[in-house]
Amino acid sequence: MQENYKRLGMLEIVDLVKKFGPIVAVDGVSFVVPPGEVLGFLGPNGAGKSTTMKMISGFMAPTAGTALICGHDIRTRPLAAKRQIGYLPEGAPAYPDMSAAEFLGFIAHIRGFRGAEARKRVAHIAELINIADILHQPIETLSKGYRRRVGVAQALLHDPAVVILDEPTDGLDPNQKHEMRGIIRAISPGKAIIISTHLLEEVEAVCSRAIIIARGRILADDTPAALAARSRYHNAVRLAVPADADPAIAAELAGLRGVASVEPASDTDGEGWWLFPQDARSIIAGVSELVRARGWPVTGLRVEHGRLDELFRAITLPQPATSTSDRDAA
Amino acid sequence: MQRTITVFQRELASYFATPLAYVFIIIFLVLAGVLTFFVGDFFERAQADLQSFFTFHPWLYLVLIPALSMRLWAEERKSGTIELFLTLPIRLAEAVLGKFLAAWCFAGIALALTFPFWLTVNFLGEPDNGVIVASYVGSWLMAGAILAIGAAVSAATKNQVIAFIVTAALVFVLIAAGTSTVLGLFRGWAPAGLVDAVAAASIHGHFAAITRGVIDLRDVVYFLSLMIAALGANAILIDLKKAD
Repeated sequence: MQENYKRLGMLEIVDLVKKFGPIVAVDGVSFVVPPGEVLGFLGPNGAGKSTTMKMISGFMAPTAGTALICGHDIRTRPLAAKRQIGYLPEGAPAYPDMSAAEFLGFIAHIRGFRGAEARKRVAHIAELINIADILHQPIETLSKGYRRRVGVAQALLHDPAVVILDEPTDGLDPNQKHEMRGIIRAISPGKAIIISTHLLEEVEAVCSRAIIIARGRILADDTPAALAARSRYHNAVRLAVPADADPAIAAELAGLRGVASVEPASDTDGEGWWLFPQDARSIIAGVSELVRARGWPVTGLRVEHGRLDELFRAITLPQPATSTSDRDAA
Repeated sequence: MQRTITVFQRELASYFATPLAYVFIIIFLVLAGVLTFFVGDFFERAQADLQSFFTFHPWLYLVLIPALSMRLWAEERKSGTIELFLTLPIRLAEAVLGKFLAAWCFAGIALALTFPFWLTVNFLGEPDNGVIVASYVGSWLMAGAILAIGAAVSAATKNQVIAFIVTAALVFVLIAAGTSTVLGLFRGWAPAGLVDAVAAASIHGHFAAITRGVIDLRDVVYFLSLMIAALGANAILIDLKKAD
């Protein structure tokens, strides 16, 4: 079994269930993460993301199901499994009265590194995560962004095969977020990585796969691009016109072949309309032809490839999702 | 074993990383002095022994040891570091033991710093140093038992004030059970077996026995089994409630 994980995935989640009394927080979650994959774990607050991560990392015992980390069952072989995991818990907890160097040294010792090897590991990770300049400051005096980075450093110190990061970029400024995503991408070869986030742009920036979870269940599991393509904005066309343009344009656009619906829009693109296609077909050619033929005063014309945020809302909020698909079908 | 030592070192260092260690040691020494010299009539007794010093230790520990034990787990729970700590590759027993031993060692340091009392009696007279050594060992064992109880209570809450009060209340019952006042209450009506059982369960009785100068195996076993039972409860409570 220990050898199979290379084929099956470094991390295998099997039917995880967690109940808190009558409340089912995680309801039969299963997935496999092969080496080299960065899996984005998405979901609204309270969806069961953190609970799932707590179970995979061995902090919380599942009500049913289990997680196999490099073939080690977290329930029956917790020590062997935990050795392979680097885990950043929610909120990046650390001992406030220790300096970052002392804290990382403690983690290194617990993980079995001694003397020069431990110092080398701490120095290396401090370099990688860019915390070398604050290494000797007490953690309680660090900014939120540095504290988060110390937490990530702690998780990556032992070069683990499985990395679980609960909101690794929370509290970081845009530059630090960009840097952290670069680090995650850089370490990803050969590792199975799960990051939880509610930043959709983060999923698009670093993840090779995304799972959307709500009310304890997996609702979608695909590449970020494929998920975005499932939104009704896939291949939709945004047409911008001056504010005083003829409203009759909308009616004519709606009559165009392949156009399912036309909705008025007013945003940073300016005034105009959203043109939604039938069956996600490309309609840009027909639209631009019509615009040229009629000589309309168009100020902007672009194709949307899909919106992860729109899909996220559509599938995590049950009611609007129904009305959206009704409209798509119409 | 190596991991227990690592936890022990981190914990012990954490006492000294904050003013806690110094405040605790100073208060402990001042209170011990006040109780010994003013309440215990150290000089008036004109005896070259430390009886008036050790006799107050159960009551001193009743107040001070819960202050030491309350943070052991409640603080980890409150700050969320418990999740980090318990997802490291470490056995629960190693974590529980490492933390407890650090607190016990710290209590030992505070106790050892009372050595001027011992020097004083040796300067003033010729005390039975065997009795004093036995009393120190007994006092340290008692501190360990109370710390273990406090650690178990601390494991059940994230509120340090609750941990302090509940520990103090439990320890009060265990100490008071052996005092003549409480035993007198039982003696009027209860069978002799019950009175003996209450006395045998008391921290006070076992400590008093040791301070008479004899380290009886039964007293040592009493304190050690109290520690083991409380640390077992500590581990079970952490396992049951770690995610709350």
